[in-house]
Amino acid sequence: MHFIRKKSFQLACCLLAFGFLGSCTAPSNVEKAIEDQILHFGLGAEPQHLDPHLATSVAAHNILSALLEGLVGEDPRTLKPVPGVAERWDISEDKKTYTFYLRKNAKWHNGDAVTAPDFVYSFKRILTPSLGAQYASMLHVLKNAKTYHSGKKAWEEANVGVQAIDDLTLELVLENQTPYFLELLNHYSWFPVHPPTIEKFEAFEKMGTPWTKPANFVGNGPFSLWEHRINSVIEVRANRHYWDANLTQLSGIRFYPIETSDTEERAFRTGFLHVTQSVSSDRIEYLQNKHPEWIHFEPYLGTYYYRFNVKVPPFDDLRVRKALSLSVNRKLLVEKVLKGGQLPAYCFTPPDTGGFTAGDGFGYDPVQAKKLLDSYLKDNGLAKLPPIELNYNTSEAHKKVAEALQAMWKTALGIEIQLLNMEWKVFLSTISKGDYSLARAGWIGDYVDANTFLHLWRSNDGNNLTGWSNKEYDLALTQAEQSLNPRERFTHFQKCEDLLASEMPILPLYFYVHVSLRHPSVQGWHPTLLDHHPYKHVYLKGEVAK
Amino acid sequence: MKNFFTSRLLQAIPTLFVIATLTFFMTRFAPGGPFDSDKAIPEEIKIKLQSHFGLNLPLFDQYLLYMKNLLAGDLGPSFKYVGWEVSELIQIAFPVSLSLGVSALFIALLIGLPAGMVAALRKNTWWDYLPMGIAMVGICLPSFVLGPILIMVFATELRLLPALGWYSWTDLILPSLTLGLFYAAYVARLTRAGMLETLRQDYVRTARAKGASPGRVLLKHAIRGGLLPVVTYLGPAFAGLVSGSFIIESIFFIPGLGKFFVTAAFNRDYTVVLGTVLFYATLIIILNLLVDFLQAWLDPKAREQR
Repeated sequence: MHFIRKKSFQLACCLLAFGFLGSCTAPSNVEKAIEDQILHFGLGAEPQHLDPHLATSVAAHNILSALLEGLVGEDPRTLKPVPGVAERWDISEDKKTYTFYLRKNAKWHNGDAVTAPDFVYSFKRILTPSLGAQYASMLHVLKNAKTYHSGKKAWEEANVGVQAIDDLTLELVLENQTPYFLELLNHYSWFPVHPPTIEKFEAFEKMGTPWTKPANFVGNGPFSLWEHRINSVIEVRANRHYWDANLTQLSGIRFYPIETSDTEERAFRTGFLHVTQSVSSDRIEYLQNKHPEWIHFEPYLGTYYYRFNVKVPPFDDLRVRKALSLSVNRKLLVEKVLKGGQLPAYCFTPPDTGGFTAGDGFGYDPVQAKKLLDSYLKDNGLAKLPPIELNYNTSEAHKKVAEALQAMWKTALGIEIQLLNMEWKVFLSTISKGDYSLARAGWIGDYVDANTFLHLWRSNDGNNLTGWSNKEYDLALTQAEQSLNPRERFTHFQKCEDLLASEMPILPLYFYVHVSLRHPSVQGWHPTLLDHHPYKHVYLKGEVAK
Repeated sequence: MKNFFTSRLLQAIPTLFVIATLTFFMTRFAPGGPFDSDKAIPEEIKIKLQSHFGLNLPLFDQYLLYMKNLLAGDLGPSFKYVGWEVSELIQIAFPVSLSLGVSALFIALLIGLPAGMVAALRKNTWWDYLPMGIAMVGICLPSFVLGPILIMVFATELRLLPALGWYSWTDLILPSLTLGLFYAAYVARLTRAGMLETLRQDYVRTARAKGASPGRVLLKHAIRGGLLPVVTYLGPAFAGLVSGSFIIESIFFIPGLGKFFVTAAFNRDYTVVLGTVLFYATLIIILNLLVDFLQAWLDPKAREQR
């Protein structure tokens, strides 16, 4: 009896302790969010800069698009330009002069008006060579911007095509007709900065000043910077000075730079996050079966491909490059290996990029592949190809693809491929030195136009790195840049794609898909090619399932 | 004793100097640099970036400059977290790692010491086998397995504790358990070994012969000697605990020092690598010195040797 009483006493204690702990546990972020309208956002990585003119990452975009607003905004579904700071604009007949009429009620977070001279100041800042802005070349579409950026001439002397006609009228003159110009304005490199703040911190041509810290940051977007705890959280809160504050329903967004996708998933499952940045590839199948309401597959403007070094044997011979490409079964790769809804890539530019869909140039024909390789071997008096090294940066996902291709080439062509994984920075330095024969690569578009992909293979482009150059290609791309008629531009783009498919300096494998977890309470969030989601349209609604 | 202390402190200076020099050149000789990225950076921009951080100077000049600044207590700016000083980052991250490390150590001692002592006193019984078996499992079970299991049970299923983050005191519980249980296992095994060794000593036998109770023998006579291996282990272990654990910090999303250290190496964030290495080295030196003191206090033999 005594024993039983003692046991029940212990049990009661345990229950009490657990009950106490349980009662201490506050409702999860997601549960609270219906009330407080705070979005909890998995950011993936800590951004290197919060200065729009120095930023270089997707993480930075996700924050800067809350804090700042450019001349135009984005439609939440199509990303087509909609009025932003500019309430309307005129385009000249030759399509080279854009006149923006700024709204009177556009304000900086401290209440100052956003003016045309602020934009002139901002564009001048990013183009100033001593700032060292990596994305300054985004503004090279402006007339004479390149001359000023190269440091050859002073601002006044260079006569850059940016002019404030009056406080609320801004005129931008372009070097060439650029049909995607308005879309381009949504890249953070075109966002304005608050001149008095920049001057106060002497940040006009200096990086690393504290103007981007929460106490100092003055933006003009729907949210203002509230807190920045490095590697922990960046919080923004709705800004009452924002001209469209009535539309904005979220009261704030908390961005968490969680780098590992497993940790993100755990955070999501416990109601800590509304949206994750990624999903571990091993978990996709499980989540798809168990929680189809959470997992989202959305096309993403990116291509996964391999580079050939056309300067070194055996890839200096087109037949070998072709043989390798023709023996890759891309459909099998995406369906059986990747299993994340990716699309097989038979060209370099993802389908429907700014209306352009390239024809399939890279096919699958192992028989033809074998013939091509045999003819190469015969001409070079070889019995078989010496082993080829395939370089990739260390990652389970890249390894999977590399192993699949290794097997396909072994089966179809009898080629020995040695897989060589490298730490990221070692990989980058090896590839940029041209010290490789075959290497993995990926490219994410900066704006929705084929140019953001095809410029890579220009002869002098810093991203080319294959050693391949082709005058016809360069010419076709220049012609595409200069023509305004969409059909004519697409013909030139197709010419570029055809040249890539016939010369094969690269081996496109698949088009990216953005896989993420998103809580059903997140509304006003639409799949877009650039994974942009204008926050002023986002809100949280509905019953939260525990 | 005073001499010993002074000489040990003086020894630390050349040690730190050698560590700084080696680390400086090792990071610089690693392939790749802080500004390599998968999108090509125009050459002139790269030069601008390099000159901003003084990387355009000859390597030896950079080294001299770094050492000069170091003497003035300046660890330089981070290359990756632009706008942040290395000392600022350490100031932010160290208190986090310290509180996590201290609570993990507390758990390790709270569980490890009694378990080890009981196992030693009841040698070759279930009181010995069970805790030692669990300890063995604890040592073998990596934190990246234990952490997610604890999260699954206490956060996802029972919803008692937060799964991750560093925002309230409850965030401390699961990570310090994950970290502490591993060390508890070591402490238990070391305590058991130390106690067994001491319990065989003549002076313990004498105490028993004089009729001291088992509890008194343990707590008054044996414990000092028995804990020596644990104390020796605790110095570096504590340094390891408070300097942050990359894995625990990744699993629980904790903004500690370990993450800065490891990601800095991947990012070639030279100044952060150097800053954290030097900080860690200083910490180990200080803690080892403390351990020596404690040992001298616990072990008369060690005191005489000095």
